Amino acid sequence: MLQVEGLHLRRGSNEVLHDIHLQLTLGQVVGVLGPNGAGKSSLLGVLCGELAPDQGHVTLQGRPLADWAGQERARRLAVLPQVSSLGFSFRVEEVVGMGRMPHGSGQVRDAEIVEAALRAADAWHLQGRSYLALSGGERQRVHLARVLAQLWPGEQGTTLLLDEPTSMLDPLHQHTTLQAVRRFADRGAAVLVILHDLNLAARYCDRILLLEQGRCHALASPDEVLTPGALKAVFGIDVLVQAHPERGHPLIITR
Amino acid sequence: MRQRVQPRTLIICLSLLCLLAVWLSLALGPVSLPLFDTLRAGLRLLGLPIAGDGLQQAEMILGQIRLPRTLLGLAVGAVLALSGVAMQGLFRNPLADPGLVGVAAGAAMGAAVAIVGGSWFGGMPEVLAPYLLSLCAFIGGLGVTALVYRLGRRDGQTNVATMLLAGVAMTALGGAAVGLFSYLADDATLRTLTFWNLGSLNGASYERLWPLLMVATGVALWLPRRARALNALLLGESEARHLGIEVERLKRELVFCTALGVGAAVAAAGLIGFIGLVVPHLVRLLAGPDHRVVLPASLLAGGVLMLFADLAARLLLAPAELPIGIVTAFIGAPFFLFLLIRGRS
Repeated sequence: MLQVEGLHLRRGSNEVLHDIHLQLTLGQVVGVLGPNGAGKSSLLGVLCGELAPDQGHVTLQGRPLADWAGQERARRLAVLPQVSSLGFSFRVEEVVGMGRMPHGSGQVRDAEIVEAALRAADAWHLQGRSYLALSGGERQRVHLARVLAQLWPGEQGTTLLLDEPTSMLDPLHQHTTLQAVRRFADRGAAVLVILHDLNLAARYCDRILLLEQGRCHALASPDEVLTPGALKAVFGIDVLVQAHPERGHPLIITR
Repeated sequence: MRQRVQPRTLIICLSLLCLLAVWLSLALGPVSLPLFDTLRAGLRLLGLPIAGDGLQQAEMILGQIRLPRTLLGLAVGAVLALSGVAMQGLFRNPLADPGLVGVAAGAAMGAAVAIVGGSWFGGMPEVLAPYLLSLCAFIGGLGVTALVYRLGRRDGQTNVATMLLAGVAMTALGGAAVGLFSYLADDATLRTLTFWNLGSLNGASYERLWPLLMVATGVALWLPRRARALNALLLGESEARHLGIEVERLKRELVFCTALGVGAAVAAAGLIGFIGLVVPHLVRLLAGPDHRVVLPASLLAGGVLMLFADLAARLLLAPAELPIGIVTAFIGAPFFLFLLIRGRS
């Protein structure tokens, strides 16, 4: 899977990431939390090879990320950026179908996967529509379906990196999106997801990486990471943490 | 969503239109030939055994004048349209056009250097002249494309406003350079230069046709191989990379194809604007933005539009002839404004 060790990243004179160690493992969803500017997106940039770290290295299945050929890597690693700017009127299923580009699986199989991925992202009803006619949240779900289609069905050995996939979604779709991601991990994929909503992270993540000014404040299970002390220290907010009455995961309530 | 035309239907219709345009372009002009005679003479030129009684004049007009002109029109239109697709893909913006981002001006600058420079060195050898022109136009186009692309990019994003403004600046610079060369040129050279600036298929000859035909064939064979990659590029550069596309290589190919295509087209027929903007747009309106359709359809539609524009240029003020650049600008500039207004609403 994807692994980083001793990661340092500088931008200008700023150290954006400092000594990060992280391993994404099979079947696990790792959430990344932290205030604005904590280095979440930079971390994702390094993990997917867009940014070159100043120290440390990233390996995918034990092989340095840079050594992978483009297509081979694309069959194992998919990335959902925060915003995508597509200014051409592709149909929804064409956008999602682009996720199948690294594969030579044939039109019939691709069409099945596109449908499955659209259904997983609860965007199947959008098929046939122009991407440009969609709302921000709908576009976000279409891109989610695209990256899901790229790794479908999410077997062992695949890694999914998501940068705030819920930022524009309504409450229902925040949950359907993360449920789809969760199911992906249950089939064996390794997932990293940047989130802002503490309760969503508490519910859907197996482990949480709490970033503070480019440093790892904590990396452990939600129960261990989401404590009033840690949240006060990193975010500067006063919270109560209780167990969810039905599910038992931590529930964060702002005071 | 609006119904799209089936790709196969579109390609067939465009092919038929293309044949019609070729036929008309061969038949009409200062001396109009009967359509049927044109067909017979054309088929004879292709080497078919058809009785040639009374066709000598038609054959001569066709072979010497109209056929090279028609082929030139087809090739220029096709190559400009393909370059437009490549530019719009590269900049991920449907308003990019080789003329608007200064590429054509760069190529014209190169052509001016070749024409005037050539006359200073006592005239170029006849055999070499078209190639040197194409080469200089190509280098001018390449330089400007690369420069505008660099200027328009910041933090991995292409800034369209910067890009268009850089295009305006490069067009002004190209205009100044061409103006300077016009000032320095003697009368004969000045005529040639003026002709480039307005664009025309007049005086087409096989010598001028060959370099362009080679470039057009190369570009037309190369770009469609990258159609899927171009689709992915529209998502964004990093998205395309994550889909396994070698983005840097793709961009280099697009810049190279555009510079080569526009350079050769400008060298052969002067500055002909807006074909690269209008044609891909119309094709996308009809068949959607998938490059696997847009590229071949634009190739055909570019040739068709060019031939009809040339017919208009030939016939509107007959027996005088309008430079074709004027005709395409009259069609293209309002179309561009229409797109701007439509995009805002």
